[in-house]
Amino acid sequence: MIQFDKVTKRFPDGTEALKEVSLTLPSHQLTAIIGPSGCGKTTLMKMINKLEKPTEGTVLIDEKPIMGLDEIELRRSIGYVIQRIGLLPHMTIADNVSLVPKMLGWEKGRIDARVRELLQLTGLDPDTFLHRYPLELSGGQQQRVGVVRALAGDPNIVLMDEPFSALDPISREQLQDELQNLQKNIRKTIVFVTHDMDEALKIADSIIVMRGGQVEQIGTPQQLVAEPANDFVRNFIGAERISRQRTFGERKLKEFVSLFEKDWRGEAQKISVDATVTEAVEQLSASGLPRLALMEDEHVIAYASDRDLLRAALHKEEGAAS
Amino acid sequence: MSQIIDTFISRQEMIQSAFLEHIYLSFVAVAIGIAIALPTGILIARYRRYAEPIIGVTAIFQTIPSLALFGFLVPILGIGSPTALVALIIYALLPILRNTYTGITGVDGSVIEAGRGMGMTRTQILRQIELPLALPFIMAGIRTATVLTVGIATLATFVGAGGLGDIIYRGLQSYNNALVLAGALPVALLAIGFDLVLKQIEKRMTPKGLKI
Ligand SMILES: Nc1ncnc2c1ncn2[C@@H]1O[C@H](COP(=O)(O)OP(=O)(O)O)[C@@H](O)[C@H]1O
Ligand SMILES: [Mg+2]
Repeated sequence: MIQFDKVTKRFPDGTEALKEVSLTLPSHQLTAIIGPSGCGKTTLMKMINKLEKPTEGTVLIDEKPIMGLDEIELRRSIGYVIQRIGLLPHMTIADNVSLVPKMLGWEKGRIDARVRELLQLTGLDPDTFLHRYPLELSGGQQQRVGVVRALAGDPNIVLMDEPFSALDPISREQLQDELQNLQKNIRKTIVFVTHDMDEALKIADSIIVMRGGQVEQIGTPQQLVAEPANDFVRNFIGAERISRQRTFGERKLKEFVSLFEKDWRGEAQKISVDATVTEAVEQLSASGLPRLALMEDEHVIAYASDRDLLRAALHKEEGAAS
Repeated sequence: MSQIIDTFISRQEMIQSAFLEHIYLSFVAVAIGIAIALPTGILIARYRRYAEPIIGVTAIFQTIPSLALFGFLVPILGIGSPTALVALIIYALLPILRNTYTGITGVDGSVIEAGRGMGMTRTQILRQIELPLALPFIMAGIRTATVLTVGIATLATFVGAGGLGDIIYRGLQSYNNALVLAGALPVALLAIGFDLVLKQIEKRMTPKGLKI
């Protein structure tokens, strides 16, 4: 858990990038920090690995103030991915990825195994990529390596500063999906800075909306869309997304079946495909189960999580599909 | 032409020792130049506000005509190879210093930030990121300094430090064109030779990942 307690950051030139920010980033969750350019997202994130230091206030990790921690050690224990990739161009992929484990003093065998495992996990064939140089890779592949490198030292916390924003839309979608899948397995505490609301709504467990060095709202994607705290958040999310969400509740599940999962191995709450989305959300949360099983004539035709329901709500083709 | 060859043969010993002196002077000057300019370049890349004045001073030295610089140094250091070396070192400084500085400051900021974010120390960033990426620039600076020094070392003869300038000077005094050429040709060859060799080294030192 990462906590900010009344953190203010004033740069020497007088710019106040953060104004008494207090917030908590829960462990094992992906928290997106979103807001317009210059609102202090990067500054906030850099406080966590001490690339920036608060002018006032305290940052705590697992209830320990990081002020007293050695910054080099702290950074080695936290994964870091930046927007402009930042792979070292003169080192092979293998060398890039093993930088942190080497600094942590891991033995060679363990490093090699870890590097291979991680590359595989992100869909990069180790035998093909290990000995290549960053500039021989596409932008999407380079940023995959960037993510792999951040995970190499097995950190509990991973900081990502607009990691996918420089990529083309298709690679960006792909990497978002991969990150979501990866996170299902690794459950790291991820702090993900973005200025793209679609991205935040898609991948975040919770979202922090910032403006001018202050927090405007903190909530789950569902909460943000359903109850934006003020006009700024409402505008930032976009009227279109919100109105879609409003009428969406009255519609029937069967309209969205194609967006839901076909497979699920755990327990699920049965519901008829003729139920409305509002009913579905209520039943799902009342059941306490992770999935709804959509029933048509006694057969399960799809499974849906609350995330899937939200995705349906935000789905752009929704009008066309019905 | 045959005259030159005759000169080379008849004065073989003299030319040979002048040639060796010349290499010695150039080599020592560049070596000391590197020893001074490389660390200074690294330092001013870290403390940037000192960069302008320090590079400025070496640039001013560079504008002093070489013969005049030798002349200024004689009253201070006297006659002999130390004087010649000091002058040559002064000329070697600027290209190495400037290229080290631009090489290091030119390293992409996001790469350095990534290094810092991963928990690399300043020394690790210097050794593993900045120097390898600046190396082609530094080598280019050393190459320029070497070629420059080989040329200017012909003036060492005026402070009694020997070198191929001796031969050229003697040829000029005795109106012996063949002798002038017998001194000038090796200087030119030396400069071209160093240039070629160092260019190869420079290429080889360009980090592999950057040659793509
Ligand atoms: N080193 C710095 N010196 C002075 N001002 C800075 C510095 N870094 C950032 N700022 C300013 O602080 C504010 C927040 O910056 P940043 O956190 O980078 O915003 P974001 O990441 O949300 O775009 C901006 O107004 C920016 O200009
Ligand atoms: Mg930013």
